[in-house]
Amino acid sequence: MEENRIAATSNSENIVQYIVVKIGNEQYGINIKFVDNIVRMQNITRVPKTQVYYRGVINLRGEIIPVMSLRLKLGLEPDQFAGKTRIIIIKIDNAKVGVIVDEVREVVNLTEENIEKTSYDTSDEKANYISAIGKSNGELISLLDVSTVVIEKDNT
Amino acid sequence: MDVSQYLEIFIDESKEHLQSLSDELMVLEKEPENQDTINEIFRAAHSLKGMAGTMGYKRMQNLTHNMENVLSEIRNGKMKVSGGLVDVLFQCLDALENYVANIQNSSDEGTDDNESIVKELNAVLAGGAPKEAADAGVAASEEKAAEDAGYKSLALADFEKNAVNEAIGKGMNVYAITVSVESSCILKAARAFLVFKGLEGHGEVIKAEPSVQDIEDEKFDLDFSIVFLSEESFESIIGIIKNVSEIKDAVGEQIKQPFEEVAKIEQKPVEKTENNAPAKTQVTQAAPAKTAAPAKNNNKAVASRSVRVDIEKLDVLMNLVSELIIAKNGLVSVSINEEASVHSAGFNEQIEYLERVTTNLHESVMKVRMMPIESVVSKFPRMIRDLSKKLDKKMELYMTGEDTELDRTVIDEIGDPLMHLLRNSADHGLESAKIREERGKPEVGSIFLDAYQDGNNVVIEVRDDGNGIDTEKVKQKALDKGVITQEQSETMTEKEIVDLLFKPSFSTADKISDVSGRGVGLDVVKSKIEALGGDIEVRTTYGEGSAFIIRLPLTLAIIQALMVKLGNEKYAIALGSIQTIEDVPITDIKYVHSKEVIHLRGSVIPLVRLRELLDVPADAAEEETESLTVVIVKKGDKQAGLVVDSLIGQQEIVIKSLGKYININKMISGATILGDGEVALIIDANTLV
Repeated sequence: MEENRIAATSNSENIVQYIVVKIGNEQYGINIKFVDNIVRMQNITRVPKTQVYYRGVINLRGEIIPVMSLRLKLGLEPDQFAGKTRIIIIKIDNAKVGVIVDEVREVVNLTEENIEKTSYDTSDEKANYISAIGKSNGELISLLDVSTVVIEKDNT
Repeated sequence: MDVSQYLEIFIDESKEHLQSLSDELMVLEKEPENQDTINEIFRAAHSLKGMAGTMGYKRMQNLTHNMENVLSEIRNGKMKVSGGLVDVLFQCLDALENYVANIQNSSDEGTDDNESIVKELNAVLAGGAPKEAADAGVAASEEKAAEDAGYKSLALADFEKNAVNEAIGKGMNVYAITVSVESSCILKAARAFLVFKGLEGHGEVIKAEPSVQDIEDEKFDLDFSIVFLSEESFESIIGIIKNVSEIKDAVGEQIKQPFEEVAKIEQKPVEKTENNAPAKTQVTQAAPAKTAAPAKNNNKAVASRSVRVDIEKLDVLMNLVSELIIAKNGLVSVSINEEASVHSAGFNEQIEYLERVTTNLHESVMKVRMMPIESVVSKFPRMIRDLSKKLDKKMELYMTGEDTELDRTVIDEIGDPLMHLLRNSADHGLESAKIREERGKPEVGSIFLDAYQDGNNVVIEVRDDGNGIDTEKVKQKALDKGVITQEQSETMTEKEIVDLLFKPSFSTADKISDVSGRGVGLDVVKSKIEALGGDIEVRTTYGEGSAFIIRLPLTLAIIQALMVKLGNEKYAIALGSIQTIEDVPITDIKYVHSKEVIHLRGSVIPLVRLRELLDVPADAAEEETESLTVVIVKKGDKQAGLVVDSLIGQQEIVIKSLGKYININKMISGATILGDGEVALIIDANTLV
């Protein structure tokens, strides 16, 4: 319901809402329709022999959810967990996955003219995860392509 | 009439009838003279016809009607069962299955009239007896079936006779009444109940045939009989009964003569009386109860005391039980950690009580979800029969343990893998008749399907007495395909070679048939079984046969587990696979092929260092201890010793999935939530043995 409503309004005015998160010095935007929940950092149980960027699993009210580090996924320095660290629970295809970010800033409304498509460069691994660049209050936000970040099967 | 609400009942019941039709046809093929079987087939066809008619599925009704024509000829002894006839009947069965499948998918029977089958049926009929006679035969048999309703005569026990005598003595009226329900009636039991309910205020039912319990469970055909004591007139009683909708008729008479002490059944015929039958007058005659009895018994065997429940409801129930167990585990851990503050004997007692209740609750819910494997394997004899004809090999399928129970979700999934294995046995396994003769084997090949429970596992074995696996041929094939190198092939063990068969796109059949041999078989079987948490093993002797052994977990959701500690991490190991726990001095470790083993009670057991296997971060304060805690696990007759840091204890755990985006190693079969909210991973010991 909620999702439909948001989708409906955004269609009529061409506004998409993004949650702006901070990783290192960069700002990233996650389309709000994928976001199920945002929780504080908690104890993560390590899972052996999985993808390197998965930190493990957490217990979210009786549900077990795998948690990945966006830093490691994007090839940055490993996380330093601090008071502002959050786990964003993303729901996609009815399955949930947690994404660790340094900080959650705000929710922004982006209209179409504020979104600039990036040229696709397959050689840059990191760029594959960015679908477009958003502009808000003079700042640039890299908009994450959530499905490629989450669904991509990486066997390392 | 809107029948959509009955669609599900129709589909379920049709499937049951089709299954019994299939089973009985198999029997009929072997014993063409078996009258019981013919009757059973006739009954199934008749029920299907009635049901299809009620639901308005004309094509299905037409086909079953034609089947019935032929069957009634056989039943009346006017025709003999021939192989050709059975084939036609099997075709009918397939056609009916198609109808039902169509109905299930689209609630429409489809447009296939199956004219060719109908023609064949009629041809058979024409060959056996003239058409008119057949129709007359059907009409007659239907009439006879209807008459059965009136034939009923009640056998009263002595005390019931006494009650009748007493009532007559008191001047009350005693009626023996047979009530028949309309053949289109779906809720027969409910109608019968309304009859009893209606009669309640007007007197007393002292005897019902079949018993009231059976009537409530719908274990009756289309009629039942009662003995009723009342002060009211016969007409008014009959009126009350007929007032209930979908009641076709009620006939009976007043019993005026008291019983003698040793009254014979035959002395109490139910004769049709008065003006009660409006249209179709039923000629009712005295008949010995004996003739009615066998038919009754058959019906009782077919019906079962069960309720149909949507599997989703059971899933919800199971999830709730899981939550309850997690909550209970939470309470337990609170009671342990805060013993000082809430320490009271009563508290602990209550927790133990709660523990017992949740365990029992879980077991009961689990049992509800269990289904006998029969529902899957019952279609196999038919499949083997068809394969036998298609491949032109003589073979026989022997099945045992069809009543072995498995979780419903497993049952739904296991059918295809088993079918694959059976096809494999039939096609690749069994040799041609010529080779069998050369090898001195019986001409008819045997395929066995055995299911049994082994501890916390259910084992299903598919065996054949055929060729067995030619490891040399497999090796050669693997070399040709470049799956293995020459050097590898020389050092491979027999088992490793056999395991090659489970690699994708690997088939050893010389020629590809449409039965099997496309190389999409065994690897799919294996992945399916592993997805269910089971594993598959092969035993084979070249020239003597092979056996595929499937091992499946009994439950999927909740298990008893041993909690162990590795470094700072907690892991669970399913209790079912644990044999013993040993303290092994470091000095007892021996080396074989530079692998660590221990010698325990006569067997050499390889050691598995779980810490290394699971990349557990090393503890700084860790020192080399003098002895190791080793959990001995077994799979079949193989063992392995898992080295752990320490034991935490036994716990009932709820298995949860880790989600689909994270890649997990086969060693980890899932995760569970502990009492304190922490997550612990579950180690699948089967993969380590």
